[in-house]
Amino acid sequence: MKILVPVKRVVDANVKIRVKPDGSGVDIANVKMSMNPFDENALEEALRLREAGTATEVVIVTIGSEKAAETLRAGLAMGADRAIHVKTDAARIEPLAVAKVLKAVIANEAPDLVILGKQAIDDDSNQTGQMLSALLGWPQATFASKIVVGTGTIDVTREVDGGLETLRLALPALVTADLRLNEPRYASLPNVMKAKKKPLDETSPETLGVDIAPRLKVLKTTEPAGRAAGILVASAQELAAKLKQAGVL
Amino acid sequence: MTEPREEMEFDVVIVGAGPAGLSAAIRLKQLSPDLSVLIVEKGAEVGSHIISGAVIDPSGLDTLIPDWRTHETPIKTAVTDDRFLWLTEKSAFPLPGFIMPPLMSNHGNYIVSLGNVCKWLASEAEALGVDIYPGFAGAELLVEDGVVVGVATGDMGIGKSGEPGSNFARGMALKGKYVLLAEGVRGSLTKRAIAQFGLAKDADVQKYGIGFKEIWQVTDANHQPGLVQHTLGWPLQDSVGGGSYIYHLEDNQVAVGFVVHLNYKNPYLSPFGEFQRLKTHPAIKTTFDGAKRLSYGARAISEGGYQSIPRLAFPGGALVGDAAGFVNLPRIKGSHNAVLSGIVTAEHVAAALAAGRSGDTLADLDAALRAGPVGKDLHKVRNVKPLLSRFGTLLGMGLAGVDMWCNTLFGRSPFGTLRHGKPDHATLEPASLHQPIDYPKRDGVLTFDRLSSVFISGTNHEENQPPHLHVADLALQKSSELDIFAGPSTRYCPAGVYEWVDGTYVINAQNCVHCKTCDIKDPNQNIDWVPPEGGGGPNYVNM
Repeated sequence: MKILVPVKRVVDANVKIRVKPDGSGVDIANVKMSMNPFDENALEEALRLREAGTATEVVIVTIGSEKAAETLRAGLAMGADRAIHVKTDAARIEPLAVAKVLKAVIANEAPDLVILGKQAIDDDSNQTGQMLSALLGWPQATFASKIVVGTGTIDVTREVDGGLETLRLALPALVTADLRLNEPRYASLPNVMKAKKKPLDETSPETLGVDIAPRLKVLKTTEPAGRAAGILVASAQELAAKLKQAGVL
Repeated sequence: MTEPREEMEFDVVIVGAGPAGLSAAIRLKQLSPDLSVLIVEKGAEVGSHIISGAVIDPSGLDTLIPDWRTHETPIKTAVTDDRFLWLTEKSAFPLPGFIMPPLMSNHGNYIVSLGNVCKWLASEAEALGVDIYPGFAGAELLVEDGVVVGVATGDMGIGKSGEPGSNFARGMALKGKYVLLAEGVRGSLTKRAIAQFGLAKDADVQKYGIGFKEIWQVTDANHQPGLVQHTLGWPLQDSVGGGSYIYHLEDNQVAVGFVVHLNYKNPYLSPFGEFQRLKTHPAIKTTFDGAKRLSYGARAISEGGYQSIPRLAFPGGALVGDAAGFVNLPRIKGSHNAVLSGIVTAEHVAAALAAGRSGDTLADLDAALRAGPVGKDLHKVRNVKPLLSRFGTLLGMGLAGVDMWCNTLFGRSPFGTLRHGKPDHATLEPASLHQPIDYPKRDGVLTFDRLSSVFISGTNHEENQPPHLHVADLALQKSSELDIFAGPSTRYCPAGVYEWVDGTYVINAQNCVHCKTCDIKDPNQNIDWVPPEGGGGPNYVNM
């Protein structure tokens, strides 16, 4: 079984996000970038399936600038076998465009299973997996917390309101990963060194014949309003009075 | 942990991708392109743990990459105006330029982000074939038969209890014919090498300061790119050394910072509190009208200068850059010396390797450094720090001025070479001799508390790991640090790592910005700073 894991380069989760003073977007100059954490879960799961003998090859793919190759190297260091870099300098690539590019990559690669993060932590769209599954006409299981591979099928457990739901999907299929799926491994220094020599192929949206022009227009980007200062109350009575005054009681 | 480590061999292994380590690597590859040179760096990226004012003297870069001005670099803002103020609580008195010794002039210098300069130097090094691995800390010095043969990177994925977790990854042994420790001030491996090889036994004690920095986005009206301003005096009492800096960079960014010398006596002093108070001075606060704070950080600074330089060469390697303490205190600069020391060390290492040597002591290195530009730069100002320590800021600066003018004009000083006296951990006096200091409450606009400040330093550590701040004797911490000295760690730590809660010492190690002040200032030398899991610590941007 061959597994394809699409990964995205995003601003690191520990970085304090700053909006550009002119409101045209988020300032990412000199900011630390990392692999989207949900994509790390997706990749970790694929690697575990390969280590268990169920998968034979794990291929990662990303869409982005020259620098996105660093994210692919990080994935190769975690253990992916090879990487595909769909190179573009486009500043913004919307989920539908990503799904179309991935569909074209999948046509070439013919994986049996695609695992991707449920959403990226930069735009929080939570759309790519679903759109890709629709474009492919493949079954999908989103927000996976457990994956068990059967014969020609996979059982995917998802956390839903009020409990766990297990779906059986016929392969080829698409799964989006939630944080609960696993704990991603560290890339050890020897593996980081070896990753420099693993194959990394380059292509482009044009070569794949996909138009990635945005269809949405960003009007403006602003930071969330700061929280107003709290007050200390001396007693329960005072608290109740304040809540009444605020109209919540 | 006894599991064997994977091993790899290189010609030269360098710990720390700061200006010193990167310069050494670049010079090595310039001299011998076939050498294998590896750098490990504990920050998640090159530059993410670098913090500096910074006004740089380009003399180091001029030697390393003579045509650097034609490269694409982050060195953009030349110093255009240089001011020096003496502050009292309400007023500011400019010191005229002509009384300043010429060595203190900033003409020809640049205002930069040293972190971004390191990112650029790393790209220059990588283009020459240097392998740089950020996110991996040099955790252990590998010594065989009294010779440093390499360093081991830290293990990853160890749980709080010290047991390996499911994602455990053993560290790697990086062996080198020579190992260069370029860890910056108070490096953890440097500390061990100094102890093991007695490198400091003929040197005076090392002295330190703690430096703070904030970057602000200011309004057009308050922005004067190229302006450099330093102050002495308020809010510090005359007996406490230190001062402030304000540097106007490009893109409406202003760096404001404060340095407090760590030989202060009053355990109630809060360097952080003094820094926040400084910004409220009438001559300073107007710069920040309508401005927004973007980032915060802190780092210890070496201040011992010439007489405190330890022996650099040890069997199998050498100390490079500020690991050995090359800051020129009155010039408030050290990165040029870090670069120059990287260069001279690389030249000695390359010559030794070319002669087929390895693992020996680079016998001529120490003399070459002292006779070269680094030694000359530091020798001229060697008495400034001792004069400040003895006579306080006002009289000390006056005498230091006389001393520096004599050194400049006659090449010698009436003071000879003064000694530093006590190490900084021994200068604290019992709390009973002092009064608590009442610092004004933060306003959330111009002044802030520690936690909101650490938040914008991007500091993070994997939560499930053993604390990387080792307190050797907890009972001593209670009986001395708390009972006698009233818990100075709760005040000197710039990140709120230490708390005394009902007599229990709480260590919030995940807040640590890797400044090393606790390792220096704890009155009993009871705190040992070791590197946490690689990639942990601050994620400084443009610092």
